Amino acid sequence: MTRTSFADAGTSAETEASPATAPTSFGRARSRAVARQIVRKAGSALVVLWGAATVAFFAQLALPGDRATVILNIRAGQAQLRTPAELAPIRAAFGLERPLIVQYLDYLRGLITGDFGNSYQQFRPVTAIIGEQLGATIALSLTAILFAWLLMVVWVTLTAGRGPRLTAFGSLTDVVVAGLPAYWLGILLLLVFALGLRWFPVLGGSGPEGLVLPALTLAIPLAGFMSQSTRAEFERALEQPFVLTARMRGMGDWGVRISHVLRHAALPAITLSGWALGATISGAVIVESIFSRPGIGSVLVAAVNAQDLPVVTGIVTLVAVFYVVVNLLVDVVHTLVDPRLVQS
Amino acid sequence: MTALEAPGQTLNAAALLARRPWGLYVAVGFAVLLLVAAVAPHLLTSRDPSALDYPAALQAPSLTHWFGTDESGRDLYTRVVFGAAISLPIGLGAAVVGIVLALLLGSTAALAPRFIGAAVDRLLEVMFAFPALLLALLLITVSGPSAISEVFAVGLGTAPGYARMVRGQIKAAKGAAYVEAATALGHSRSRIVRVHILPNALRPLVAVFALSIGQSIVWASSLSFLGLGVAPPSPEWGALLDAGRSYITVTPWLLVIPGLVVVAVSIAATTIGRHLQSRLERGDRA
Repeated sequence: MTRTSFADAGTSAETEASPATAPTSFGRARSRAVARQIVRKAGSALVVLWGAATVAFFAQLALPGDRATVILNIRAGQAQLRTPAELAPIRAAFGLERPLIVQYLDYLRGLITGDFGNSYQQFRPVTAIIGEQLGATIALSLTAILFAWLLMVVWVTLTAGRGPRLTAFGSLTDVVVAGLPAYWLGILLLLVFALGLRWFPVLGGSGPEGLVLPALTLAIPLAGFMSQSTRAEFERALEQPFVLTARMRGMGDWGVRISHVLRHAALPAITLSGWALGATISGAVIVESIFSRPGIGSVLVAAVNAQDLPVVTGIVTLVAVFYVVVNLLVDVVHTLVDPRLVQS
Repeated sequence: MTALEAPGQTLNAAALLARRPWGLYVAVGFAVLLLVAAVAPHLLTSRDPSALDYPAALQAPSLTHWFGTDESGRDLYTRVVFGAAISLPIGLGAAVVGIVLALLLGSTAALAPRFIGAAVDRLLEVMFAFPALLLALLLITVSGPSAISEVFAVGLGTAPGYARMVRGQIKAAKGAAYVEAATALGHSRSRIVRVHILPNALRPLVAVFALSIGQSIVWASSLSFLGLGVAPPSPEWGALLDAGRSYITVTPWLLVIPGLVVVAVSIAATTIGRHLQSRLERGDRA
């Protein structure tokens, strides 16, 4: 789901406030500066990933009580004291006798090679559990982002900068829609389009038609959220000299909006891509539950219920990796496209 | 307005009336109603939220049962009213936890010595990489589902975004001309922080807090809906939704109405928050 626009206002203000020095030289000096900038960003992305992995590791220690007992109890589904003989195989399997620092380093090494540890409950690698379900969620997530872009572009192009009434209505809709809880929206869509009109199957199913309602449930609030920043930028761009120039060349209103203004206005929404991916994957937790779809959301809810921490931290870490990588890509693209962002 | 007024004035008054923030009045009215529901639910309903009445099970909304009844014949309207006493404190508590955490982290990042500030900056980036719901779920895995863990989970989940905002506000205030002036006047650093930076940087938080209450109620009810927060038969709004899920094909209002209440709360909080925000901004300019 969405964070408030407010929280994000801080972010965009920050980006604008960062020292954007004018390009002082061109050619080699600039490409060196770009390269340095990219390396720096990749470095700080690595630090964030290391931090996320550390949080994930220590969360696994946070369950109260002896870890081997906890694991055995979670596996058995009942809490009781265990004999050392019962605990010994668990200790050995999870390497719990080793000093904490060794376990930590081993965990980090595992993450790098794609090993997220073993599930407490299923005694299987977490990677296998996630791997089986990841495809469905990624498909849902990407479809939702695509829908959100379509909705947002159409809505903003139609309503932004169209006189006070329509503009006010447009931005009010953005705010209201962005705050809609996914569970409620999903239920409404399900009631109207699946149970009422019977356009779509009630239970997800595996076909593309089963994907439409779940994706829309995620896309509508996301579109409202992205519209807020796009609309502001769109209205700013409409006032720019290049718009006047285009109009003077005899370009119609729609032409100006679609081929000139939209491009400028889309930038802040592109910046949100990393966040949007994270938001749709975490929204999938709710949507998969409503539409009974398979996916890492359902796995996560089951794992939280069972206190199967390696599975929970595995999914959470994976989403953090997605977020960091997509953000890094967005940053790099921005640096390449916009010379003002390169700090000398 | 009297009949003696000139037509022109009447027109002005009408225009003024049209410009009144009706949305705000409705939002405040709704907020007051919710407070009454939370503090004195018996003023709004004469029924008992857990009174069973099996012959009247799964009835559609009617004059006797405004929102219909659930599978045990309990009156949904009464349950929604009593739910306010659970959902509102959870939302309020989560908003407080979120804002306090954000204040601590954000102001440390902006005001502490460089190496501490940079460390907190990194920590915020790490927290930001986890989507709010996932951060909340991580905490609930460790602490187990309950109202208290819901409060802390939602607070923790929303904190990074607000912390970033606090940090940005303080940094902006630090660079403002009045801080430069105070420095030039030789005021001490602690005095500048106390008298100039914090009040100016934190004033917008009043509006953020209002927004965050609505947001937190939505998040908390989502957790309950997933069965990871307050569990049925509690009349907490998310739990009502969770309980109604099995009957979606028969009695959709069991899901639609509690959800609508949450949406209304969130819109009301947003309306009030936005109004505060624009008032504070106007105040800044004066």
